Amino acid sequence: MGDAMSHAALPGIVLAFLLTGSRDLPLLLAGASLSAWLGALLVVFIIRHSRIRPDAALGLVLSVFFGFGMVLLTVAQRRPTAAQAGLERFLFGQAAMMLRRDVEGIALAAALILLLIVLLWKEFKVLAFDPAFAAAIGLPVMALDVLLTTLIVLTIALGLQAMGVVLMSAVLVAPAAAARQWTNRLEPMVILAGGFGALSGILGTLLSSWIGRLPTGPVIALCASGIALFSLGFAPHRGLVWAWKPLRYVKTRKVISPFERNPQLKDGTPGPLP
Amino acid sequence: MLAPPFEIMLVAALTGAACALPGVFLFLRRMALVGDAISHAILFGIVGAFLIVRDLRSPWLIIGAAGTGVLTAVAVDVLRQTGRVKEDAALGLMFTALFSLGVVGIARGVGNIHLDLDAVLLGELAFAPFDRMIWGEWDLGPRGAWVMGGLLLLNLVLILALYKEFTLSTFDPDLAAIFGFRPAALHYLLMGMTALTVVAAFDVAGVVLVVALLVVPPATAALLTDRLPSMLGLSVLLGLAMALGGYGLAYALDLSIAGSMATVGGVLFALAFLGAPAHGLIAQARQAARQRERLAQQMLIIHLLSHEGTEAEREENCVETLPQHLRWAPAFAEQVIQRAERAGWVMREGDLLRVTETGRRVAEEVLGAHGGTISSP
Repeated sequence: MGDAMSHAALPGIVLAFLLTGSRDLPLLLAGASLSAWLGALLVVFIIRHSRIRPDAALGLVLSVFFGFGMVLLTVAQRRPTAAQAGLERFLFGQAAMMLRRDVEGIALAAALILLLIVLLWKEFKVLAFDPAFAAAIGLPVMALDVLLTTLIVLTIALGLQAMGVVLMSAVLVAPAAAARQWTNRLEPMVILAGGFGALSGILGTLLSSWIGRLPTGPVIALCASGIALFSLGFAPHRGLVWAWKPLRYVKTRKVISPFERNPQLKDGTPGPLP
Repeated sequence: MLAPPFEIMLVAALTGAACALPGVFLFLRRMALVGDAISHAILFGIVGAFLIVRDLRSPWLIIGAAGTGVLTAVAVDVLRQTGRVKEDAALGLMFTALFSLGVVGIARGVGNIHLDLDAVLLGELAFAPFDRMIWGEWDLGPRGAWVMGGLLLLNLVLILALYKEFTLSTFDPDLAAIFGFRPAALHYLLMGMTALTVVAAFDVAGVVLVVALLVVPPATAALLTDRLPSMLGLSVLLGLAMALGGYGLAYALDLSIAGSMATVGGVLFALAFLGAPAHGLIAQARQAARQRERLAQQMLIIHLLSHEGTEAEREENCVETLPQHLRWAPAFAEQVIQRAERAGWVMREGDLLRVTETGRRVAEEVLGAHGGTISSP
């Protein structure tokens, strides 16, 4: 879903620019959020009202919105103003082009999103694991769902500048998948995922500035994938590397009869017939 | 030799048709997103192969890319089977990683050679006429047309030859396995077909349009038909319509060709979603309305019959009080009565409504079907 939403943000960005002619970040982000929202809504609507299944609905919305965004981009590029030049950076992201003002805005919005998640923690938790139960205990499931989707959309819109629409889903999916391997509880998982995300962001930026000619967004995505891959392999308990060992152990173990394991059993059994 | 616009149209049409065929099976197997993942992941294969052979037209590029595509599908399956991540997350992990590697490869190694990021996302259909197939002294037309035509033929032959195997393993993999059809082998054959088609179309159409061509025609066709053969045919036609309509739009308004094709696809899907004969939103709404009305008419005659000849008949079966007793809006009640009259189920006797012989039979049938009899409440 994150992938479809981030692709769906593109036409909103370009449309916001075309309609107002300005490249103010809040404006573009509002456009991005609106069209990502519309994309998510359409996916749900298509699944509910037709025989199209989720995978196809996602692929459909993703590619059509992105294609339409590309069409709008060619329109924008015909504008005589130089302002349109920066729009393309939303495709792959360009963290280096961000201004201090942008960073401050992103930090503020991120803090707000974090605050909302902390405040509504229990509600979101119940919603994620058992929506039917959430409805039964009288939570406004619909409203919470809308709010959660809005938060995701906002996060995507904020991340687009750095990551671009194509690779945005890497930083949405990979840290969470990595964190899942280390813990079975939601609280540590969220904190770990946040940490992994931050780590890949820092690592990616550093790498791309140390080594020349490395685009930041893809390197951040690679760092996130690397962390996820490492976690899949080596996390305690769930790591795939550990999973091989017990399997061999079982194979080579001698078969022990129930009598050997539990001698008391023998006492209760009748002896051989005379 | 054709004029360049016609050559572009030819390449576009062949691409649209070639993508639609494997797309149908991806759609039916709920693997549309695997197509998406493959189309992103092959970038790594193309760039990797290019960095080794350093020739943009080498067949190794296609082989490397198609190999990466199949490997991605295998890796996603393996990841999912470990149970550590769900399928969507496995897809998300794989394709973003490989796509990033591809982008990094382009930025680091390829430099100024023509393999830039815009081309990756959007393809270069407009340049198709410049890349020609030359054999001896003969100019055989654009290379893209030959490649896509060959793939269309390959897909067509494979699907026709293995039609019953593909069909059965798509709809009932267990039965297919019992029959010895090897669903796993067919699965990877389909992945291979998809990867090869996507790689070839990649040159022409770019990553995102390939996804549109894989997903949109089958999804639209699924709304229009219930049978596999007609779905295949319709998908190919829709792929053609997307390709040609998109090119027309782009040509007329000077827009991105790939983007216009995806947009046209979206419009086609929206039309089918609203107006498809059986599965469209409008048809569904009309059917629901018809059903509601039928139910209301049946309710009306059963209500009338159950009070017939009782003391309350004058009170219950009166045109004025009926809406109140059945809890209908007056306008709706009036409409139902009129329709029932026209169907010959009821007739008016002054204020009173009476059930006709036909209506009586209908009521008995309805109640009989539900195992009930008319009784006074």
